[in-house]
Amino acid sequence: MEKAILFDTSKCVACRACQVACKQWWELPAVATTNRGTYENPSDLAPQTWNKIRFKEIGHNGTVRWLFTRQSCMHCTEAVCVWVCPTYARSYNELGYVVIDQERCIGCARCIAFCPFGVPRIGRYNITPRLSVELGTPRDIAYKCEFCKDRVEDGLTPACAKTCPTGATQFGERADLVELGKIRVDAIKATYPEARLYGEKELGGLHVIYILTDAPGIHGLPESPQFGTYTKFDEKSYPDWYNKAVADGKLSTFPEGAKPEWYLQSAGEAAGGQLAAFERGQVEGVPATGWKNPAVWTLLGLGVIGAGAALWWTLQRRMTRQKEKKKT
Amino acid sequence: MTNHWIDIGNSDVILIMGSNAAENHPISFRWVTKAMEKGAKLIHVDPRFTRTSAQAHIYAPIRSGTDIAFMGGMTRYIVEDVENNPRNYNMAYLREYTNAGWLINSGYAFSDGIFSGYDSATRTYKDKSTWQYQLDDTGIPKRDMTFQNPNCVFQLLKRHYSRYDIDTVSRVTGTSRELLLKVYQVFASTGQSNRAGTIMYAMGTTQHTVGSQNVRAYSVIQLLLGNMGIAGGGINALRGEANVQGATDHALLFNYLPGYLPAPSTAHPTLAKYLEAITPVSKDPRSGNWKQHQPKYAVSLLKAWYGDTATKDNEFGYQYLPKIQAGGNYSWIPLFEAMEQGTIKGLLTWGMNPAVGGPNSNAERKAQDELDWLVVADLWETETAAFWKRPGADPKEIKTEVFLLPACATWAKEGSITNSGRWAQWRNKVTEPLAGSMRKSDLWIISNLMLKIKALYLGENGPNADAITNLAWGYGENPDPNTVAREINGYDLTIGKLMTNFLTLKDDGTTSCGNWLYSGSYNETGNLMARRDPKDNSTIGLYSNWAWCWPLNRRIIYNRASVDLYGNPFDPKRPVVRWDPEGKKWMGDIIDGFGTRGADLYPFIMLPEGVGRLFGMGMVDGPFPEHYEPWETPVKNTLSGTQLNPAVKVWRPEEQGKPDKYPYIGTTYRVTEHWLSGAMTRNLPWLAELMPDVFVEIDEELAAEKGITSGEKVIVESARGSVTGAAIVTKRLVPLTVDGQLIHHVALPWHWGYMGIVTGDSANLLTSHIGDPNTSMPEYKTFLVNIRRA
Repeated sequence: MEKAILFDTSKCVACRACQVACKQWWELPAVATTNRGTYENPSDLAPQTWNKIRFKEIGHNGTVRWLFTRQSCMHCTEAVCVWVCPTYARSYNELGYVVIDQERCIGCARCIAFCPFGVPRIGRYNITPRLSVELGTPRDIAYKCEFCKDRVEDGLTPACAKTCPTGATQFGERADLVELGKIRVDAIKATYPEARLYGEKELGGLHVIYILTDAPGIHGLPESPQFGTYTKFDEKSYPDWYNKAVADGKLSTFPEGAKPEWYLQSAGEAAGGQLAAFERGQVEGVPATGWKNPAVWTLLGLGVIGAGAALWWTLQRRMTRQKEKKKT
Repeated sequence: MTNHWIDIGNSDVILIMGSNAAENHPISFRWVTKAMEKGAKLIHVDPRFTRTSAQAHIYAPIRSGTDIAFMGGMTRYIVEDVENNPRNYNMAYLREYTNAGWLINSGYAFSDGIFSGYDSATRTYKDKSTWQYQLDDTGIPKRDMTFQNPNCVFQLLKRHYSRYDIDTVSRVTGTSRELLLKVYQVFASTGQSNRAGTIMYAMGTTQHTVGSQNVRAYSVIQLLLGNMGIAGGGINALRGEANVQGATDHALLFNYLPGYLPAPSTAHPTLAKYLEAITPVSKDPRSGNWKQHQPKYAVSLLKAWYGDTATKDNEFGYQYLPKIQAGGNYSWIPLFEAMEQGTIKGLLTWGMNPAVGGPNSNAERKAQDELDWLVVADLWETETAAFWKRPGADPKEIKTEVFLLPACATWAKEGSITNSGRWAQWRNKVTEPLAGSMRKSDLWIISNLMLKIKALYLGENGPNADAITNLAWGYGENPDPNTVAREINGYDLTIGKLMTNFLTLKDDGTTSCGNWLYSGSYNETGNLMARRDPKDNSTIGLYSNWAWCWPLNRRIIYNRASVDLYGNPFDPKRPVVRWDPEGKKWMGDIIDGFGTRGADLYPFIMLPEGVGRLFGMGMVDGPFPEHYEPWETPVKNTLSGTQLNPAVKVWRPEEQGKPDKYPYIGTTYRVTEHWLSGAMTRNLPWLAELMPDVFVEIDEELAAEKGITSGEKVIVESARGSVTGAAIVTKRLVPLTVDGQLIHHVALPWHWGYMGIVTGDSANLLTSHIGDPNTSMPEYKTFLVNIRRA
């Protein structure tokens, strides 16, 4: 059965025990911070920070509200990161969440560019001893909430939900939590007329579901989350929702907010990653070749040329699009 | 807490005042949340909009230090409403279980902020004879159950708070009329016998020159509303440290022996005199007057301490005990004053960090310079241990010899802790201490220290040596906390068995007991504190077989007030206790005071009169809470011509800041991410990451006036010191209009010091040496400051 986390913004007191419990379980190091005029810290998600509470003050009609929202991987059903990953480093767990295979990850950052919530972060391969990655070469890899996969597989509650004093973060069967969430939303409507459940249907259903007191935008969440896409580069079988989105023209090759240097990096690293995968025999049906094989070097050269061409093509398209936008 | 954490979930209205429960006691919000899920209303009254306010249905900003005005207004509102709409109140409770109808001496008077009996030369209420009940011929207090007699407490209460009309209260507190009225209406709705209201408070209530009277103001309200002794009611002090309740129970304070027995003073030269002084008398047959049993507890305590040496002939070792000067004050502020003057030469600080946590830190750090020796037992080298290398100090000039004893953390030692709800919970040792065998448990340290001291006195003699050499100290070099827990529980010395509980303690030397309140926690049935039965046999979450609760495992004290005179619960939905007429026994929680039915015994058994005190003659600064301004304040007292609590001792008059130079109200607090002086949390990278720097919260108007933007460094100054921190300009603070004047708060947490991973100035550099006259609790919450860009 699919598991999920239910986060209730009406019950969160921002004690941030979940932020600390996450770091404790995963042995993630602290980030150097300063007070920037807010309680919120660290300032953003980071390779060492997979879960954080966002603080937001709203003043209206002489009264003030202080909203606290969880920011972490949403473990989407329609998880675009799984499908844009060039090295097959992302996968769905049968319990419904999305995990990274750190050994395969090449840190290309494509998952960040396409993530509708902008969640993963790239950092050094050896940030935490808990992932015990045996990597061929020191490199950067992607990090995000792992849904405490080891705990969950052993029948335990994820660290964040386990430590939550108020019941704002709950863990359980997804179907049960959706029901619970609906009941709770009804109960708080009197106090919060804009209350709603977020994540039941979005992107095929998130595995971090929110009880929101206000519209998603106010909590810093996209009203209707959209993903970008990436040109197919192999023949893996894409899910229907993905193909449909492509057919409907909903997907762009260069998602909003992505930077050209990411693209350069990701294209280059994807090529490198493919090569490395070939070299190590990680691609099914292809024997390990070793670096000495001239075919690898040929492929590498082609990869660099291909990456350059792809970048040129993308930037061209973007400029054309921008021109079109200006015209309209 | 009169009730306990889980019981908060039974409330209909939760008033959090003088507390930021969500941040400083996050676990309390498990139960606040549960209550709210069932429809409870949450009210938060605080100068700052905090993470607690963020959850509240009603948030009322208040000027720091004006709680009595706020609650006085509520008292007036309720008294008027009781007269107009008695049906909305539990009149049987008010009549039978409070002193509302009891008559007070006709000489009692109150005029312009001063109660009768005041002596201005000593700044004390020397003569409290007019604060007493009128007695009839048999010595029983007189009463008028119609509440009409002008000398009855109800009428005196009405007269006293007649000045606290809503406009005046609004002018004093800065809270709007509308909000005041809303809070009063919602909380007063718990006056109905089928509704429960609780008050959760903490240091925001107590750390004022009127701190004790702030709590008294809550008591008056809760008694008027019949909220004491019931499920979901009570007055609930949220204790700041996991075991501070246990520490207080075991005589943390200078004026108590364990179990809140008064400390012997020079007024009690003999045991007989002492026992007489601690034995209150009541002629009323319905009064349980539980404190009449105190001699049994005191003699049993002496037997526990002095064993076979304690005999009837030597007053059970009473003369070994030090006697404080009658009326003397040995609390925090005077101790540090005495240190500075060189009277006190040595200091042991144990899990305490006065260099950060004490008021007026500059002065208290300097006082440490005068010590010959200092012992610090802690997990880390704290600011107190490192006072000699603090910024601005020259280690060469400081002669104090410092000993740092590395202690081990909670998980590396066995023993009990007592939480705010009075639950004593046994904890096992689960790991070896970090850094190995060098770290020792507190019990190991104290036992070995005392063994060495005893050996020294046996060899060399010394003043009052017998008090030390005769001490029964059988714990050995590797002490077992179980031995200590059994000693605290007590023994029947005639048969050598553990006491079942304190009901059979004796004053003839045949029983021993280290703390009568804990008698019953570790008896022949075993260590009851170690119980972990998660099953609840009640309908109100008593969990009576989980751990053990003092006294006698009674989970809600004064629970006798939850039933009518026949023993039937006022609120049948939430019964705490119930008299079963057929079985002829009490059902539910452990009944307060025993006896049969309701009518046989008054419920407030710890008072000689047996009923709740709306009029409280036990206070040193007046029987009714009266609003006075804090020591440092930007305004004149609107409610009387008496500016400062007239019973307060002013230690350093020359250090008083004036509003012309320091126009804003400074207030200090804690955040959830750090723990008290920060010794533990500023040494943990994950917590340092969350709250790295000292910060200062100000409202947007003040920020605009001073040209301060969020995130930039500011300097806050008081007459005693200055603090640099990052500004947080926030909508959560608002300027308040007080008596026509715009008042700004400058709010800053005090967790920082010069040791640890993250460092900064402690806000206590700004606070002062002045405190409440009943408890000497320093006025950390209100003082005057100025602020500017750094």
